[in-house]
Amino acid sequence: MEIILSAAIGVLTASGVYLLLRPRTYQVIIGLSLLSYAVNLFIFSMGRLRVNAPPILEPGGVGDLSRYTDPVPQALVLTAIVIGFAMTALFLVVLLASRGFTGTDHVDGREQRSD
Amino acid sequence: MLSVFILAPFAGSLIAIFFPSDQRGATAWFAGAIALLCFLIAAGLYPFVTSGGVLRYELAWIPELGLNFTLRMDGFAWLFTVLVTAIGVLVVLYARYYMAAEDPVPRFFALFLAFMGSMLGVVLSGNLILLAVFWELTSIVSFLLIGYWHHNAHARDGARMALTMTGMGGLCMLVGLLIMGRIVGSYDLDVVLASGDTIREHPLYLATLVLILLGALTKSAQFPFHFWLPHAMAAPTPVSAYLHSATMVKAGVFLLVRFWPVMAGTEAWFWIVGLAGLTTLLLGAYFAIFQQDLKGLLAYSTISHLGLITVLLSLGSPLAAVAAVFHIVNHATFKASLFMAAGIIDHETGTRDMRKLGGLIRYMPGTAMLAMVASAAMAGVPLLNGFISKEMFFAEAIETHQANLLDTITPYVATLAGMFAVTYSLRFIHSVFFGKIPSDLPKIPHEPPRWMRAPIEFLVLACLVVGIIPAITIGPFLHTAVVSILGASTPQYNLSVWHGWNLPLIMSFVALLGGIGLYFLMRNYLATSTEGPPVFRLLHGQRIFERVLVTLSWKWARWLEQRLGTRRLQPQMRFLVFVAIMAGALPLLLNHFELPPLLVRGIDPAFALLWAIGIACAVGAAYQAKFHRLAALVLLGGAGLVTCITFVWLSAPDLAVTQLLVEIVTTVLILLGLRWLPKRIEDTQESELLSLRVRLRRLRDFVLALVAGGGVALIAYTVMTRPMPETIASYFLERAYKEGGGTNVVNVILVDFRGFDTLGEIAVLAIVALTVFALLLRFRPQADSLEAPEQQKVQNAFDDDHPDRAKGDSVAEYLFVPSVIMRWMFPVSGMLAAYFFLRGHDLPGGGFAAGIAMSIGFILQYMSGGTRWVEERLRIHPLRWMSIGIIVAAATGIGSWLFGYPFLTSHAQYITLPIVGKIPLASAIFFDLGVFSLVVGATVLILIALAHQSIRAPRAHARALRAAKEAK
Repeated sequence: MEIILSAAIGVLTASGVYLLLRPRTYQVIIGLSLLSYAVNLFIFSMGRLRVNAPPILEPGGVGDLSRYTDPVPQALVLTAIVIGFAMTALFLVVLLASRGFTGTDHVDGREQRSD
Repeated sequence: MLSVFILAPFAGSLIAIFFPSDQRGATAWFAGAIALLCFLIAAGLYPFVTSGGVLRYELAWIPELGLNFTLRMDGFAWLFTVLVTAIGVLVVLYARYYMAAEDPVPRFFALFLAFMGSMLGVVLSGNLILLAVFWELTSIVSFLLIGYWHHNAHARDGARMALTMTGMGGLCMLVGLLIMGRIVGSYDLDVVLASGDTIREHPLYLATLVLILLGALTKSAQFPFHFWLPHAMAAPTPVSAYLHSATMVKAGVFLLVRFWPVMAGTEAWFWIVGLAGLTTLLLGAYFAIFQQDLKGLLAYSTISHLGLITVLLSLGSPLAAVAAVFHIVNHATFKASLFMAAGIIDHETGTRDMRKLGGLIRYMPGTAMLAMVASAAMAGVPLLNGFISKEMFFAEAIETHQANLLDTITPYVATLAGMFAVTYSLRFIHSVFFGKIPSDLPKIPHEPPRWMRAPIEFLVLACLVVGIIPAITIGPFLHTAVVSILGASTPQYNLSVWHGWNLPLIMSFVALLGGIGLYFLMRNYLATSTEGPPVFRLLHGQRIFERVLVTLSWKWARWLEQRLGTRRLQPQMRFLVFVAIMAGALPLLLNHFELPPLLVRGIDPAFALLWAIGIACAVGAAYQAKFHRLAALVLLGGAGLVTCITFVWLSAPDLAVTQLLVEIVTTVLILLGLRWLPKRIEDTQESELLSLRVRLRRLRDFVLALVAGGGVALIAYTVMTRPMPETIASYFLERAYKEGGGTNVVNVILVDFRGFDTLGEIAVLAIVALTVFALLLRFRPQADSLEAPEQQKVQNAFDDDHPDRAKGDSVAEYLFVPSVIMRWMFPVSGMLAAYFFLRGHDLPGGGFAAGIAMSIGFILQYMSGGTRWVEERLRIHPLRWMSIGIIVAAATGIGSWLFGYPFLTSHAQYITLPIVGKIPLASAIFFDLGVFSLVVGATVLILIALAHQSIRAPRAHARALRAAKEAK
């Protein structure tokens, strides 16, 4: 399991980083989204991989790590997902505004040498 | 008791700022009362500081760093305190009449009090760092005071220059003080003052000395840092009278005296301080002769007198130190009164230009008398206080302290400077009060109001009394101050007017007669000459200063920016990625990172297949993002879904729910944005002809991406295959139910244990939504995005071809069945949101998920019915949702204060509702309700704002087209 997930994180990161370095704003926004999947999975994986151990307690019970997975990375990632959405929205609008003002979708706001 | 000296002025300053601006009198009374209070307390404390007594007040601030709020009053600090507060009272009284009705007087008095407080802080600080803090405060407040008339460019420039110079000095001084504290091992002033030998013998002595002197010399306007002071004359005259007599510039010499016992007496001290002082003494006096502005003359004279004090301190003999302290007091008295007199002249005649003034003695004989006595004191005429300290100076100048050139020339320079002092003092009086009455004065002068002259009368009286009977007036106080500095080495000295016929007296007479002669020789030249001394007038300190500033902050900065900076984003991103890789790789390499064993067992084939799809989606998205945006978006969604399933698989149901919902919203959002992007059609020919450079660049990025991805995968794998260390996880698992009252630990963490973080997070979401909204308000799309989309064109063409159809019918009927279903689903999505919300505390769900589910419900309506259709029927107020959300969340937090608990303390309990059953009702549920409401508002606001562009932009476009047509 671990090997598959880490390979997945690696591929997501690599695709994200490659797009991040591209000249078109749309490529960058897709890249950022891919990168945020990678980062979320990475943080999540820091709590180790457990199957069938969601951190949902019995009512009145006291949990321990032998029966439940680590809830802390999950709480962090939950926050990260929402913030990631906000970031994507903001970036999308900025890129639209930039395209509206400058007439180009190049990240520098003007065309450079073809790439 | 000592803390009153700091608290009262600063508190008073805060109060004074709220006085109505037309209450000139009341504000002045208030400020004066505070200054008087401080003065009276200081006077009352005198018995405690006599014969070497020290008052201390200590408050722990950051004791670990050796920084305490320590106030310390010895005899010397007492003398300064009295000086600062007494002249403060007089200046307030004077300013009451000086300031015009249209000036914002509360600001003036508030700044004035703040300045007094900072100055008292400098004087009373018993801790080196505290001293530096107050020192900086005097710089900042004096900046505000000098720039008080900020509509005047001179005032702004002068203020900025003063701040730059004294601020730079202050920074050097701070470093010096830190080194000093390190040498001594304590920042406490008492400890420092007791370890003079340690400091003088330390290898870092010279560095410390130079740094501290930079602070003191810039502040007291010593050569070559003197030029800020004349420009500071743009301040209102009461400010000048205060800053340049008893405070600001005196802070510099105060510091010299304060550290005199521990730093003086070495050769380095003698040369640096002596050279600066002597040059300043002579140049200041020389420049003062050639000023045409009354205040300019006084400013240069101040510089010169401070030079005199500095020279005295440089000599390193105790007797000279006594003279320095004495001259500090004397100079404060006569200079304050002269500035006030200059202010009255300016006030009554409307000009300060000595070429225009003359014969004023006939209009204002009282003021003339006072000014004459004060300037005689400045010139050092016998029977006035300036004479006595000047005599002491001459006597010390003759003495040999160190056998070198500087010491030898001192008496000659001193006599020459004394001569110049007589010349400019005489000029001040003669050109203003005597001679013929000018006809072109802006105003007909007359005597000032009674109480405006009172402060001058008082100060001049002090000059006289001290000058005639020094031993029984100033004597005891001076002795107290001197003993506190010199301690056991206090010399025998004699404060009397008559010392018999000796060399200093002869020097005084030479200076007096020479000065008078010089004035009458130069009188005609001065009556018409331009501002500033000959030759030197070309060498403007100000111009040099500005040139240095321009070079530093403009030319060099530009050069560096051109060499190192780029405006292109891609190199910056490349650099960032590179640094990130390095930051990840270096620690691993340095710590001999070992590759973990590769474990291939325990692989679920389904999971492998799942990620085969996920990886294909990610790579595909990266590949298609340039030319096939929709395809890339779909593939991105695929990768997102796989991520989502992974969360379900690996025991994170909450994440899965949220990820799924956010995925939907993000996709809709980007879809809405797609139409505003330029068309980009892949040119197969071009892609084959790509230049080598472009290919290389892509290859480089590809390698960077591979390294980054490989590195992250490696680290992730390494961590995942290691056993879990002790973490805080058990803490939350154990307490989630017991203390948070919920079984869904993730949700309990978010709304209870880490509720404050979540509050911050929703605030971020709200800010983003508002920013998006604001950005879109000013959105102007490019013309090529404005046409109707291809599909709509085809549909409209179809309507036009069929006579029984109206234009737009096809658009409205498109996907009719799904849209009806979506309409029916609206209540269901509301239900779903409520369901997520209510179960959140115990089962997967919660405010975030519910909020996004709700907003998806809204969005579906927009998608099915179109923006116009929805808004005719349903008005959503996203801003209200958002504000209710943040208010509810914050109020829940504040609510726990009412029960005496810290912010956001939660209380948990279950209640039973009919039908729904037992639900958890922790107070956290209200917090979650806030989260829910805000998430709905923010998401809907973003999506609707973007959706509206499709209606708004073409409408604006059509309007513009119509307007253009009409214009033709």
